This record gives sequence, structure tokens and C-alpha cells, in this order.
Amino acid sequence: MWASINELRERIHANSSEEIVADYLERIGKSKLNAFIYTASEIALSRAKEIDENDIEGPLAGIPVAIKDNISTKGIQTTCASNILKGYIPPYDAHVIEKLKDAGAVIIGKTNMDEFAMGTSTETSFYGATKNPWDMERVPGGSSGGSAAAVAGSEAPLALGSDTGGSVRCPASFCGVVGLKPTYGVISRYGLIAYANSLEQIGPFGTSVRDVAALLDVVAGYDPRDSTSVDREVNYSSALKNDIRGLKIGVPEEYFGEGTDEKVEKAVRNAIHTLEDMGASLEKVVMPHTKYALAAYYIIAMSEASSNLARFDGMRYGLRTEDSDWHSTFSKVRAAGFGDEVKRRILLGTYALSAGYHDQYYLKALKVRTLIKQDFERAFKDVDVLITPTMPYPAFRLGEKIDDPISLYLADVDTVPINLAGVPSISVPCGFSDGLPIGMQIIGKHFDEAAILRTAYTFEENTNFHAARPEGL
Amino acid sequence: MITEKDLTHIGWLARLELSEKDIEKYTPKLNSVIDYFSELDEVDRDGVEPTYHVLALSNVFREDEVNPKACLDQDEALSNAPSKLDGFFKAPRMM
Repeated sequence: MWASINELRERIHANSSEEIVADYLERIGKSKLNAFIYTASEIALSRAKEIDENDIEGPLAGIPVAIKDNISTKGIQTTCASNILKGYIPPYDAHVIEKLKDAGAVIIGKTNMDEFAMGTSTETSFYGATKNPWDMERVPGGSSGGSAAAVAGSEAPLALGSDTGGSVRCPASFCGVVGLKPTYGVISRYGLIAYANSLEQIGPFGTSVRDVAALLDVVAGYDPRDSTSVDREVNYSSALKNDIRGLKIGVPEEYFGEGTDEKVEKAVRNAIHTLEDMGASLEKVVMPHTKYALAAYYIIAMSEASSNLARFDGMRYGLRTEDSDWHSTFSKVRAAGFGDEVKRRILLGTYALSAGYHDQYYLKALKVRTLIKQDFERAFKDVDVLITPTMPYPAFRLGEKIDDPISLYLADVDTVPINLAGVPSISVPCGFSDGLPIGMQIIGKHFDEAAILRTAYTFEENTNFHAARPEGL
Repeated sequence: MITEKDLTHIGWLARLELSEKDIEKYTPKLNSVIDYFSELDEVDRDGVEPTYHVLALSNVFREDEVNPKACLDQDEALSNAPSKLDGFFKAPRMM
């Protein structure tokens, strides 16, 4: 029952929001995907009823939306998929939640994720792994795996995730849906529980480029409570034109390197040819520092994480164990509350920032970040968008990489440079490999979401990959 | 290269209690990641400035006024506290 916003609007008009919301809740209840940590059944149904009875209007009136569990929802448990926040009920809404409520949307539940958004597979969740709707033995990608699986598995028509190093685009690619990471500053991070502030953005998921643009229109916009929020006009849906004549596409060969699956490479190159047939031209671009992005990204992300996660001390919220004094309590709460991957990243980040190592790791990574950013600036002098695979391979098996951090980190090779540079990027379905979806990544200049949306929309309008749905759900 | 002794110290800095088993388990994995980080040594960084932030934003100020709507009241602020006393968060002794 994949349904677009427009289809749902008609169904709500003909029936009711309450009925639609009840349908989705029933599907979630019967599902084996484990896409949700928590379903807000009562709150959602009563909100839907309120919308029906009072004819509340808005671009998403009565439409259910699933929310990643690191986005604060007033009165609804928010855990970051961690034991340390089990039972935490935020006393306030994130900016994006306020915006969704103003637009008439119904928050249906909180989706599963890698603990504190640290992962590429949604296997590090304290609440168990999410499964890929296309193959129950495979991961949905991560860290926003629950949001992507919910949309692909028809458990929600729309979802929000967050993307620190690919956490929206990776699961969009693995689950065959559309996911967008906006330019840094487009969506307020107020109420997003921080992992690595200088890299992350909230991003929308949907079954089509049109729906993703519509959701972005609702949640984007200036918010003085996030000092990195940028005041710009919001009208992303107006970019949806089925016309890319004259568009210049750059294809950086560095993103098709060693480790890229042959079928993924073929699908993405075919997609680029399709766009060429639609009137775009191809330009060669060189991005020589791409191979260093991954190490720089992990040093920066872990360093920021070690600082951000210092707030989890068991005093104001979350898990608390009692001990003799402050420091022992603090250390024991964190030992009991965090999972292995979160601990590893806090330890590595602490090490990278500690006396004697700061220049060797953190400062070095920040300089490499400058070089990566300059690679993008240089490329965008000659082209309008860059196209690469979103992920080097399709969804891998549950358990396949979880014990080897490096092999898991390497999966992020094509997504992390985008966060280091802060540019926008979208993943759209562009093919299949043995029944598993493949995603194409379209990257734009700072604040040029319009170019990537137009390219993605034109591709979608002229191909059929986005219409394929997982069977048997 | 970090030793098991280094890791105990890092755990203390991070206020993260590590058991002997944790230390044994984490040390090789953390070292494999640190090895990987040394890839950056190949990059010519002469004269390159660090990027802390991607947007050219600086000194974002607001008016110095209290906005009651942006504040939590005491009950809301304490609503998730695992331990509280007389309207305060209750913490263990410092020493």
C-alpha cells in the first residue's frame, strides 16, 4: 500500500485521517521489520480524530509521519535507541516536530536506528536490529534504518531521519526509497539529540522525489534556537521540473573505485546515460582528496561525539545507577547505558582530543576537511550536480560486518565527503542487484537543493525504478 | 598505538568504566581504527587552514531578553530526573 501524499489526501477526504492512521498502526503492529521502537498509537489516533472533526488544514493534514528516535517529541519517548535514555520523555518538541504539527501531520511513532546514530546498519540499536523489507536477512542500512524500512515497508508514507555521514542516504539506498540530506543549516537541529553537530542535518524520506520535496518544504526554515540555522526562502516543490536540458553533470571517478560492486557501478552509469539522453551533458571532474574523507570524517565525528555525549551522566534524565560518589556513579551509568560501538567512539574521540594527540588527529582531520571542501568548490565551478553511487554495494547481511568496525566504516566512503563539505545530496532508486535496490547519489552546491531535486525528479519521471515495491509485505 | 594502560586512562577521562574484559576486547579494535587514521599523514597540509564549520557564520547573537515560552518550568525540567529532592536534581556527593 505505498501511497503518495496526494493519494492519501484524497483518501482522507473520502474517508478520514483516523482510518488511515489506524491502517498504518495495524500494519506496524503486524510487522516483523522492527522499524519502530515506539508507536504513539493513542496520541496519533486522537490527533487524527481532532483533524477530522475540526477540518484542520495544512499541507500534511491528517497524514502520518514516522520520526527517527533521536528527534525530540514532547510527551513521546525518545531514546536514541540507547539503554541510557530508556523511558526518557522529552518535555519539548524539536523544531521539525513543531513544523510538522503546524502542517497537520500526525506523528505515528519513533523509528529504530543505530544507537546515537552511530552506525551503517541499524544493528547497534539496544532495541534489536531492523530488517530490510526487500530481504529479511539483510540490514536496512543506517543509521536511520527504521525510518527507511518503515517507508519501504508501507508502515508510514513519510519519515524523518538524520544524516551525519550518510545516515539518511544509506538506508534510502538499501531500502529503495528517496532520502535527502539538505545543505547544512537548512533544517533547524533544535531538539535533534546531537552526535556530531558540525556534520549533521535532519532529512526527509518518501517514496517519491515529489513527497520528499513536500516534506522538506514543511520542516525547513529559519529557527533562532539553532545558531547554525540559515534564513532562506523555502519552496523546494517549485524545483520539480521534468526538464534537465543544459544541465552539466560531473562524474567523479574517485567514487567508482575499488570496493564498488560491478552491478552498482553499472546501474549508476546507466542512470547517468539516461540523464544524458534527457539533455544533460557530462563533464569530467577530479576530486583528489576523496580517499582521505573517511578517516577525516571519523576523527571529527568521534571527537564531537565524545564531547556531546558527556551530557549523559544519569543526573537529569535517563538511566541511573547508585554509587558512592559522583565520578563513580557517572562512570558506571555510562558503562551500563551505552553499547559497544558508542563506547568505542567516545573512547576514540576522547583520545583524539586528549593532550598530546589533538594536533596529530583532530587538527589534521580539520585541515583535510578544508581540502575536501575545496575539491567540491573546484568541481562546482564547472558543473551543476555531481553523480555517484550512494553506497558501494547493495544491502549486506545482518551480522556480516558488525564485528569489524573498519569494514563497517568503509561502507560510508561515498557519503561522508558530502557532510564534511556541508553540501546537499539526495539518494534515488536507480536499479537492482539480485532483487536488492541500488541508489544513485546526486550532489549539489551549497543551498542548491533545487538542482538535485530537479535532476532526481526528471530521472524519476522518465524511469520506473522508484515504482518497484518489496513483495510479500 | 594505544596500550591497555592508556585505555584505562582514556576511560577515566571519558567517565566510562571499563572492565578488564572490555579493555581486552576494545584495545585491538581501537588500534585498528587508529592505524587507519594514519592514512591522513600522506596528505600535504602545508598552509591549509582547518575547517571547523562549513558555513561562513560568525557571532550569531540574539537580544538579551528572557523568552518565557522557550523555558521549561521547574516541574517540566525535573520530569525525567531519576533522583530529585525539594525541586532540585539530586546527585551523589562529589568527593
